Amino acid sequence: MLDKALKGGKKYWTLVIILAAMSGVGVLTYLQQLKYGLGITGMSRDVSWGFYISQFTFLVGVAASAVMLVIPYYLHHFKKFSKIVILGEFLAVAAVTMCMLFIFVDMGQPMRIMNVFLYPTPNSILFWDATVLSGYLLLNITIGWATLHAEKRGTAPASWVKPLIYLSIPWAVSIHTVTAFLYAGLPGRHFWLTAIMAARFLASAFSGGPALLIILALIVRKNTKFDPGKEPIQAVAKIVTYAMIANVFFILLEIFTAFYSNIPGHMHAFEYLFAGIEGHAKLVPLMWTSVVCAVISLFLLIPYKFRENETLLIIACITVFISLWIDKGFGLVIGGFVPNHFGTVTEYWPTAKESLITLGIWSIGFLVLTILYKVAISVREELGTAKSEY
Amino acid sequence: MKIDRRKFLKLASCTGIGLGLSAADIFKDTVEASSGHSAVSTAATRYAMVVDVRKLQTAEEYQRIVSACNKIHNIPTLIPEKDDIKHEIKWIWNDTYGHAFPDQVNYYHPEAFKQKLFPLLCNHCDHPPCVRVCPTKATFKRPDGIVQQDMHRCIGCRFCMAACPYGSRSFNFVDPRPYIEDKNPEYPTRTMGVVEKCTFCSERLEKGQQPACAEASNGALVFGNLNDPESEVRKILKSNFSLQRKPELGTMPSVFYVIGGEEYAG
Ligand code: SF4
Ligand code: SF4
Ligand code: SF4
Repeated sequence: MLDKALKGGKKYWTLVIILAAMSGVGVLTYLQQLKYGLGITGMSRDVSWGFYISQFTFLVGVAASAVMLVIPYYLHHFKKFSKIVILGEFLAVAAVTMCMLFIFVDMGQPMRIMNVFLYPTPNSILFWDATVLSGYLLLNITIGWATLHAEKRGTAPASWVKPLIYLSIPWAVSIHTVTAFLYAGLPGRHFWLTAIMAARFLASAFSGGPALLIILALIVRKNTKFDPGKEPIQAVAKIVTYAMIANVFFILLEIFTAFYSNIPGHMHAFEYLFAGIEGHAKLVPLMWTSVVCAVISLFLLIPYKFRENETLLIIACITVFISLWIDKGFGLVIGGFVPNHFGTVTEYWPTAKESLITLGIWSIGFLVLTILYKVAISVREELGTAKSEY
Repeated sequence: MKIDRRKFLKLASCTGIGLGLSAADIFKDTVEASSGHSAVSTAATRYAMVVDVRKLQTAEEYQRIVSACNKIHNIPTLIPEKDDIKHEIKWIWNDTYGHAFPDQVNYYHPEAFKQKLFPLLCNHCDHPPCVRVCPTKATFKRPDGIVQQDMHRCIGCRFCMAACPYGSRSFNFVDPRPYIEDKNPEYPTRTMGVVEKCTFCSERLEKGQQPACAEASNGALVFGNLNDPESEVRKILKSNFSLQRKPELGTMPSVFYVIGGEEYAG
């Protein structure tokens, strides 16, 4: 089926070339990092994880969110998702690919990365994270490919696919839970040391991921014959709405605990992120952007009249995405390191090169996504089943 | 009570709770912590350091300790000032009480005490979070309590830096070699991209020597076996009030600080 990716119109090739060029820039910049070291990034002794790990964290959520389509479709036989479910599975593949690349570029000694499997260390959460992520990637590639292949031949998917699909459901939850455990089990990092971390991660994943999916689905509809259907989009919008409400609720719980208990360690990170500490306030504008976006998105999502309007829905999804990207792809990781263990503040800001590498990985991810979507859409265009009947 | 908990642990490990981790491993800390210090390492040897800050007065004395370590361990001290805060490598350094014990400060400490410096280094924790999180066993705890670092296995993921609650670890963001002042040919230099920290001078202990910082401290830093009731460290701890950094985190540091009192009261 991959041959479908080689035959495409002008729009398709323009997109592919732009993404490939941006990936190329990322790769070249990475070669510099390989030579000079992680010193080209904004990370430091005090803020020892930065953009790479936070993008990774965010994208694990996007990957896990495929389950929000798989559960209704396969467990509850919600037929309306029949066209859109493949978009979710392939988005998961692209997202996990990016996750792995982000981990890779964050390594000080990337050539030794196989040490994680050569010396398996079950007490390390990172070991489990690497394991479940690899598994999830394989699961989604296999499931997506097998179902599409069957569809192409007009048969039902092979019998071994179903169990894999069921397995992928708890597996999706596990990748994000394990990722939350990377943070939630560290003594002395008050911002992260919270039992609600995994729940928060899942809530933000299940709103941010599907929001991105809606944006993608509408882009696809505009540019190809493929139409996932109006009702399925509305169903996904409902998922985005409730998950976003849960996410905001969880953050408010954190804020209550920190400030009502009045324990300095629990308040400091919030103070740093939203007000700045002693003039150190690099993240403050970003964090407030996140808050404003969250408020706008809820305002547009909760009244169903608004979200039924697709223009407003797009704005809502974009604001959800921006809000969560800042919150998780920035604030969550950096906030855990500031102030440091001595009560002093070292700020972090990504450097230009670090941003280029980050952009490069996003481009690789979107390149993978474009190709996979192209294959899926071409198969259905040929079958004449590109349009959802809902 | 204790038996119940043991039973529970057994049951838990049989049922394979928690991603195949041995449940006994997970809960070990809890059990030991709640049954008090007696359940801490019972090995024949648990190395420890007692820092008697009363014996440290002049800036020169403080500097000598740090320099001794820097020199023999090829610490890159020449990293340009503009990058210093970001890329600094340090195994032992001096900082104020407020920074060393941020959770144990009160407004009414004598001014002189607030200014007082404390040599800080890896605590060689009995329950080291850095070891718990390392995905490759590049950092591991030896039977004698030393938390060691294998620079050849480390993948530079920096999970241990996120996990160490004492800021004891440094990462080689750049190649350290050009920034070493006088290379000591007897000690390895490190490559870029790995994490490093104080090793309690394991290479010197092998030769029967004392840690370099202790040797340079004129008796202010005393090194010894915490599990030997007759050792000097135990004697000092028995007859003086001492502090550990962030004991509430359950890491059980092996570095102790004797702070004294009256001399700051003036
Ligand atoms: S002080 Fe930090 S680096 Fe040293 S053993 Fe404890 S946790 Fe590990
Ligand atoms: S940086 Fe090295 S020592 Fe630290 S956790 Fe990663 S592999 Fe282990
Ligand atoms: S014990 Fe050795 S390695 Fe550790 S700080 Fe002292 S001199 Fe440095």
